[in-house]
Amino acid sequence: MTNLLSNFCLASAAPGAATLSPILLGPSEAQLILALPIIGLLFCTLCAIFRVKSKAPAFFTVACLAGAFALVVRLYLNKTGTPVITSGFEWFFLEWGDGKGQRLVANFSLYLDSLTILWMLFVTGLATLIALYASEYMAGDLGTGYCRFFAAFNLFVFSMSCLVMGDNLLLLFLGWEGVGLCSYLLIGYFYKKPSAVEAAKKAFIMNRIGDLGLLMGIGLTFVHFGSIEYRDIFHAAQPYIEAAKAGKYNEIPFLVQLIPVLLAIGAFGKSAQIPLYVWLPDAMEGPTPVSALIHAATMVTAGVYLVARMYPLFLLSEYALPLVAWVGALTALLAATIGMAQFDIKRIMAYSTVSQLGYMFAGLGGLSSTGAAFHVVTHAFFKALLFLACGAIMHGFAGQLDLRKLSGIRRLKGWGIVSFGMLVGCLNLSGFPFTSGFFSKDMLIGSEFLTPGMAPIGWILLFTAGLTAYYTFRVFFRVIVGPLHYEPGDELHSAHDEHGHGGENHNEHAHVQDDHQHHDHGHGGHFHPHAPGWAINTVLLTLSVLSLSASALNFLHLPNQPHIEGGIVPELVMESSAAYESPYARHEAHEGTGDGGHEGPDAHGTPSYVPTAIALDDPHAHAGTFLGWNPHAVMFYVSGAVGFIGIFVAFVLHYVGRTTAATAKADALLPMLGPIPGWAQHKWYVDEFYKYSIYWPLIILANLCNLFDKLIIDGIVRLFGAIPRWIGNTIRPTQSGELHGYAAGMAAGVAVLLFIVFILTLR
Amino acid sequence: MTTEFTATLAQAGYPAAFQSITLAHYLFISGAMFSLGLIGFLTRRNLIIMFLCTELMFQAAGLALVAFSRFHMNMTGQSFVIFIVTVAAAEAAMALALVVLLFRRRESLDAEEWSELKG
Repeated sequence: MTNLLSNFCLASAAPGAATLSPILLGPSEAQLILALPIIGLLFCTLCAIFRVKSKAPAFFTVACLAGAFALVVRLYLNKTGTPVITSGFEWFFLEWGDGKGQRLVANFSLYLDSLTILWMLFVTGLATLIALYASEYMAGDLGTGYCRFFAAFNLFVFSMSCLVMGDNLLLLFLGWEGVGLCSYLLIGYFYKKPSAVEAAKKAFIMNRIGDLGLLMGIGLTFVHFGSIEYRDIFHAAQPYIEAAKAGKYNEIPFLVQLIPVLLAIGAFGKSAQIPLYVWLPDAMEGPTPVSALIHAATMVTAGVYLVARMYPLFLLSEYALPLVAWVGALTALLAATIGMAQFDIKRIMAYSTVSQLGYMFAGLGGLSSTGAAFHVVTHAFFKALLFLACGAIMHGFAGQLDLRKLSGIRRLKGWGIVSFGMLVGCLNLSGFPFTSGFFSKDMLIGSEFLTPGMAPIGWILLFTAGLTAYYTFRVFFRVIVGPLHYEPGDELHSAHDEHGHGGENHNEHAHVQDDHQHHDHGHGGHFHPHAPGWAINTVLLTLSVLSLSASALNFLHLPNQPHIEGGIVPELVMESSAAYESPYARHEAHEGTGDGGHEGPDAHGTPSYVPTAIALDDPHAHAGTFLGWNPHAVMFYVSGAVGFIGIFVAFVLHYVGRTTAATAKADALLPMLGPIPGWAQHKWYVDEFYKYSIYWPLIILANLCNLFDKLIIDGIVRLFGAIPRWIGNTIRPTQSGELHGYAAGMAAGVAVLLFIVFILTLR
Repeated sequence: MTTEFTATLAQAGYPAAFQSITLAHYLFISGAMFSLGLIGFLTRRNLIIMFLCTELMFQAAGLALVAFSRFHMNMTGQSFVIFIVTVAAAEAAMALALVVLLFRRRESLDAEEWSELKG
């Protein structure tokens, strides 16, 4: 393992920000990005107090977030490639000595490098669009519920901005906990629904486990580097990075190597990786815009952000990145297999989110921070699109999400844009050629094959890509196309249905089920699915266009920006602390162009100011291949083919010859697989495993502790109480109420006293 | 000391028979009165009698004080006894009133009747 890794890691790694000293500035308009969601939050709170019953909170939120997005775009256009720290106000300052590591400084300052800007671009951009979508989606809850939703929404954007823009780990932690809180609040939005409350608690508690790792990681960082500000950490880590580059891991203290592992545990919690992934599918109990924004596009990528931001530290341990890669790959596979067997379309999307997050971690672990960041961006667009399309369906069909009860909804009037959005999202997710998901996934998988020792992960991811294509198009072929059939759900939304059919749904439910006259609108006479309005359609259309065009981010450049080979996303990543040029990629590039030798960084098209451009230290490091070919070159064809196969299988099993909504050809094939589909449908019994291996032992332990507390601790306390009571009980009979008794007692006392005096005077 | 005391009595013009009365006599009387009072208090159940017995013990103490006061030729003890007598008068009035009230409640003067007042 060690041999492999010293060969594998860090032959030419250097963190971007480590050698660049950041520019220090006073407060700037970047602070306004944080202020705008807070203004929105205050407005929504005021609306809630005055019981405003209009869409004002939604549109105010949209305006605030759009303003924040505009500021981020301005930040992007004005960036110079050097990290900028704009100081806000002093937040934490503890000093208990003069020495190194005896001063804890955490200011409310922003660290604006290109990684921050990349994340903020899609966080604020998507938040704006999804707030617009939610203005219509949540309209059934107009009133305080509506205000509550948008207040939490604003608070989420604020927390996420803190997480991404903070210049120290404590501010990141503040944002980290803030997004966790907002996630809790919004999953539990329907707080009268027990399952939603359960899911909210589960998400919160699962995240606490990861947060413990993160907190310990931050503590160790402070202990070892004497600071929690990024710029100081990167500076202080420089000697270790030199050691790691030379493969001398034994010169790096064990506790320093532990930091990235602990940080990774935090990231696994937030980004729903094994073993802490089980909360994310349950989080789908929240309203769909929340699922789209928080649990698909932005919050769950916070873990990826953490790893990317602290990439220099991850390079310090020979085990951290392989750990991240393997956990990511296994999560991707596991979640995809579960997703294949689910029937709730929103759950399928949730498992695909877990799976795609696994891809991102595998990408980070496989030395492709660019690929991971690119996949984060493309995934944010297409997964938000998919969720919002599912949400539109859920909204229109009174909460129906079962793909066995919906079919061919593209035939309905007014559902064209939803169907189109679903198609675009599915194509992206399954990696259909020339969609953005295709490019980002290729970049990831190619890097896995390129990096020696990571080929098994590459194969897992490739296989998972096929599964992804299958389960994605399973949804598409079942729900969007095929014969028309629908049954209303019976969820909360139906109660607020604008058209006033909500009340009828429950009554009609049973007899619609028997009705297989799909083209007859007779059964629809009782239940009209209501088509999405302008807000939902606008957002879906915008996201469809964005998802399709996001691949351009990998090729295009804006004018006036430094030109790095690759495009906007690689440029942003390569200027940041996540910058990492895989030595094998350069090796491959040289072999590819046939010049064989290495000529230094500029030959690769990397601008000289990017400090990653360090020559390959180990000229014998051999890039891996994909069955003998150059991975990046052939991966286009291979993963395209895999995606096609997945889609084709779904087409045959779920579209061809399907006449009812409830069954398809696939159902006939299921018995051949024995009990496996059932296991997958039950999520491989992971929840049950956790229940019996963690939950019940904890309950038993808690009861034992309770018993100890009751018997031993309380026993001692009670003993001290019992002694005076016993004495009192013994003496009490003397207080008989007999006057003579008291008098006799007094007389006896006097007699005793006299006797004592008598004895004493005898001497 | 005793001779001094009797001499003082003689000077004050007391009859000769008195001159043989010493402090011990007074203290003996005082002790006897106290004991009688105590015995009476412990043996009788009539509230009025018991109250009278306490008065007896009270006055026994007063007597001892007066005797000592005269013995030491110091007026403090005697002035103290004047206070005691005053207080005893007031206390007697109150105690008898209480006894009357208690009697009205139970139609009896038996102290045992009130034993449920235990703490």
